[in-house]
Amino acid sequence: MTRSALDGEDPDRLYTVTGGRSSADDIDLDLVTLIVRESDPSAGMQSEHVRILEIAAKPTSVVELSSYLSLPVSVIKILLADLLATGKVSARHPSSAQAGGRTSDSEFLKKVLVGLRNL
Amino acid sequence: MDSAISETDERLPLADTATDGLKIVIVGGFGVGKTTMVRSVSEIRPLSTEETMTQAGVGVDSTRGVQGKTTTTVAFDFGRISLDEQLVLYLFGAPGQERFWFLWDSLFAGTLGAVVLVDARRLADSWYAIDRLEHHGTPFIVARNNFGPPKHSLDDVRAALDLADEVPLVDCDARDRDSSKQVLISLVDHLYTLSKVREGAS
Repeated sequence: MTRSALDGEDPDRLYTVTGGRSSADDIDLDLVTLIVRESDPSAGMQSEHVRILEIAAKPTSVVELSSYLSLPVSVIKILLADLLATGKVSARHPSSAQAGGRTSDSEFLKKVLVGLRNL
Repeated sequence: MDSAISETDERLPLADTATDGLKIVIVGGFGVGKTTMVRSVSEIRPLSTEETMTQAGVGVDSTRGVQGKTTTTVAFDFGRISLDEQLVLYLFGAPGQERFWFLWDSLFAGTLGAVVLVDARRLADSWYAIDRLEHHGTPFIVARNNFGPPKHSLDDVRAALDLADEVPLVDCDARDRDSSKQVLISLVDHLYTLSKVREGAS
């Protein structure tokens, strides 16, 4: 196991980053939801939001953002909820999380197989 | 520890056309080669992160005075494979230890399937993971990572793991890209077979 950047992370910092909110349970974001920037950072924005917007110039998954910012996944989800609410980013949800998600359909799995074989 | 600057330099962004993230989880004990396998097939250097979750205290070390709540933290590695213009497969290396399974649903709901990576010298480490995957209804295959020439046949391994006949069991060398790729193909082939059975029955 790789040493984590979060070892010894100061809990006060996590509290500050999220403005004291602690629950990401009702935020509809998957580890692999792709986040895309819709507008540039604005003046006075909190630094974590700016960093997310910089990285999400290209589609970037929630879990990659978590790793790049060295913040737990649930903290990233809370930060993203703010950016989504203000339209600064958009989310491309995985088809597995959508109603009638068809990731276990044979047609879908065939596409995955083709992709793997072409590696 | 890498500096933030070198991380930025090494970042390999996805194509603008990427729309759909998929998950496959590689489960196994410490030192069995999960990260090695992720590294072999990933298009990015494996990354790691953590998730924390507060839950009602059931652990032996729950602290008095915090109302029976404990915080569970799990670290995990992951890599990425762009399968085509839209599909992006994320591979997660997940430790099979007990506390990890508390976070399974919040992290790995919607996972296509799992690979249980086993070391034939420590098969007992895998029993719990196999039991949990069955419990969660996650389809999986088992891959034996070979550290040197295998001493036992795959049939022996199947018997020792008490593995159902329909669960594929394959050999691999997690250091080898083609071998690791073949493991993923075996898993998706298995998922495809299951989907055909299901669609035929409906």
